[in-house]
Amino acid sequence: MSQAAVLDHTLGVEPAETPLTPESWGKLGMWLFLAGDAMSFGGLIAGYAALRIGDPVWPVPSTVLGVPFTAVMTFLLICSSVTMVKALEAIKRGDQAGLRRFLGLTILGGACFLGMQAREWTHLIEHVMTLTSKGLFGATFFVLTGFHGCHVFSGVVYLSCIFANSAAYSKEDHNPVEIVGLYWHFVDLVWILIFTFVYLI
Amino acid sequence: MDTTHAEPNYMGIFYWLFGLTVAELAVAYMPIPKGLMVAALVGLAFVKATLVAMYFMHLKFEKRILAVIAVTPPVLLVMFLFITYPDTAWRLFTQWAAH
Repeated sequence: MSQAAVLDHTLGVEPAETPLTPESWGKLGMWLFLAGDAMSFGGLIAGYAALRIGDPVWPVPSTVLGVPFTAVMTFLLICSSVTMVKALEAIKRGDQAGLRRFLGLTILGGACFLGMQAREWTHLIEHVMTLTSKGLFGATFFVLTGFHGCHVFSGVVYLSCIFANSAAYSKEDHNPVEIVGLYWHFVDLVWILIFTFVYLI
Repeated sequence: MDTTHAEPNYMGIFYWLFGLTVAELAVAYMPIPKGLMVAALVGLAFVKATLVAMYFMHLKFEKRILAVIAVTPPVLLVMFLFITYPDTAWRLFTQWAAH
């Protein structure tokens, strides 16, 4: 803790740094939010697993869902995670053009993912199943992938706000870019699990 | 804030994630026993998720206590599974015993 921070502390002012994430309180806030969000996804995935294990006539997912199509979606999200770390790397060097280029690519990746998911849902709802027409299989599928899709949508909006504000970030001050990155990688991480549990197994 | 660690090789992580995804697809279409397939897929997904958290989310370079926050939900989830799954197991057992 710097001398100034110690002085602030003795004067009863909230210290400017946190022992967990020295960069900012916001980063600790995002980690705590993600821990809570992980509980939501964890509860949904655990419920899905219990319902599926207990159901003697669960269809083989690859016979109902388009696995190659969603494999491309998975690839897209992994790529957008890479462009996200590249965006952070760029602004750490003070490269604002690089930040904008890679943030733009990340937003594009997220938007393409959403477009593909909309197409997948449209096909499924028109020709295969709705939320209630195929028992627990359809219900758990739409709830899990829908909840994740809402996160991707929020992520695209969040990334767009950071993009719009990108002129404000510099080599010294770029914490919001790191925080949006945490959120975006978490969304990617959850999709890795959903792709495995819902589509492949 | 001064970042003391070197930037990880992000492209290297990307190739690992891509390779593991291809491996997952291969396992999913392989004619192997269901139990083995599920174990392999869960293992591969766990490795991929860990790579994302450790390198993309920089957990490897953060304070240990932040990692404790991050692993709390999975640990609680496993506890939750052990609390609720005996119910499912019992239902499956009674179905099996009735035949």
